[in-house]
Amino acid sequence: MEDSKVVLLDLWASSFAMRVKVALAEKGIKYESKEQNLFNKSQELVEANPIHKKIPVLIHDGKSICESLVILQYIDEVWPDKSPLLPSDPYRRSQARFWADYIDKNLYITGTRVWTGKGEDQEAAKKELIELLKTLEGELGDKHLFGGDTIGFVDVALVPFTSWFHTYETWGNFSIEAECPKLIEWAKRCLEKESVAHSLPHPHKIYEYSFELKKKLGVE
Amino acid sequence: MSNLGEVVLLDCWVSPFCMRVKIALAEKGVEYEARAEDLFGGKSDLLLTSNPIYKKVPVLLHNGKPLCESTVIVGYIDETWSSPPLLPTSAYGRAQAHFWADFIDKKVFEASYKILTCKGEVPETAKKDFIEILKQLEGSLGEKDFFGGDSFGFLDIILIPLTSWFYPIEKFGGFEVKEECPKFSAWMNRCMQRENVANVLPDPEKVYEFVIMVRKMQGIE
Repeated sequence: MEDSKVVLLDLWASSFAMRVKVALAEKGIKYESKEQNLFNKSQELVEANPIHKKIPVLIHDGKSICESLVILQYIDEVWPDKSPLLPSDPYRRSQARFWADYIDKNLYITGTRVWTGKGEDQEAAKKELIELLKTLEGELGDKHLFGGDTIGFVDVALVPFTSWFHTYETWGNFSIEAECPKLIEWAKRCLEKESVAHSLPHPHKIYEYSFELKKKLGVE
Repeated sequence: MSNLGEVVLLDCWVSPFCMRVKIALAEKGVEYEARAEDLFGGKSDLLLTSNPIYKKVPVLLHNGKPLCESTVIVGYIDETWSSPPLLPTSAYGRAQAHFWADFIDKKVFEASYKILTCKGEVPETAKKDFIEILKQLEGSLGEKDFFGGDSFGFLDIILIPLTSWFYPIEKFGGFEVKEECPKFSAWMNRCMQRENVANVLPDPEKVYEFVIMVRKMQGIE
C-alpha cells in the first residue's frame, strides 16, 4: 500500500482530526497533513467534502472519505494487519460502535457549551459533561483501555477530547479529575502511547487557542 | 439460513428506526419475535434494562444480549447473518454507505421533525431545507437503481423507513416529493415493490393519523 498517497485535510486543534492522526500513527501509515482554515475554506476542502465542508477529510488514492468515525473504520479495513481498532466479534464491534456514537452525539456539543457558555447554561452544561464522562467511566470499568489490553476504536474516538479538558475546566472553573479520576488515569495510560502523544497537542496550547477562537466566534 | 439463536426486537410500529431493523432481519431470513412497546403506557422493564442510556426502541436482543441504535443494529445483523450482504464489499464503498447513513441520521429526521411540529403554516425555509436534503440524496443515488448499486442494500434500508412519514410531511408542508424530487420518488417506488419493505412500512394514512394525535397531545394543533 503506497503511503505517500494518503492526505489528511487537518486542523491541529480539532479532536475529530486527532482521531484520524492517532489511527494512522497506530497503523504506521505515512501521510501528508494539510492544515485548513475553516474561516476561509480552501477549494480543496470544498471539493473533497462538498456536503459538510468540514475537516477531517482523508484523501486516499484521490478518493475522499469524510466524517471521523467513518474514516477510522475505513483505515481499520484498508490496513487491517497492524493494531486492529475494532474487535473481530460482531457483538463487541457493535458495542464499540455504540459507544463511539454516544461520544459523537454528546461530548463535542456539551464541551463547547462548557467553555463558551455563561451563567445557568454553563452550569447545566458542566453537570451534563460530568454525567456523560461518568457514564463512559462506567463503560471502561476495570479495563486497562476501552479496547481491552490494546488501544481500540472507542479509545481513539475519545482520547482527543482530553486535550480540551484543561480548557473546559479553566473556563468552567471546575475539575474533571475530581469527578472522574478513573477516566483521567485512562487518559494518562493512552498518552504513554506514541501514537497518542504525537497526535494530541499540549492542553495549554488548546487553552491559548480558545481565547483566539472566542474572538473569532464572537463569544466573549 | 440458521437463526443462530433467539432474536427479539423491542418494537414500535410507527418508528422508522424499528422499521430499519425489521427490513434487515427480513432480508436475511431471520425469524424473530417483535414485542410492541407501548409508547404512551410506559416503557417496559426489559426496555429500560436493555437500553439504560437512551431508553428507546429499537433494541435487538440476540440470545439475550442487547443491541441499541438502529444503524449499529443493522450493521450487526449484516455481520452476523452474512447472506445476502447488505454493505458493499469494498472499503471505500462501505465508507460511502456509512457517510450517507450518518448524513441521513443527522439531516432527514431533523428536517422532518421541523415541518411536523410547526404550529400554523410551515415556513418556506423548512420546506426548502427538506427538499434540498432529498436533492443531495438524489445526487448520491445518481443513475443507480438503489443506493448500493444494482441491489437493495444497507443505505436503502436506512433511508426507506423515513419515507413512511412523508405523507404527513407533504400534507403539512404543502408540496409533493414526486414533483420536487422525481428521481427520489422513483427510488421510493422501487423499494416499495419489495415484499420485505411493503410488509414492514405502515399505511401512510395511519402514520398521518398518528402525527395528528401526537400534535394534539403536545398542544400544537
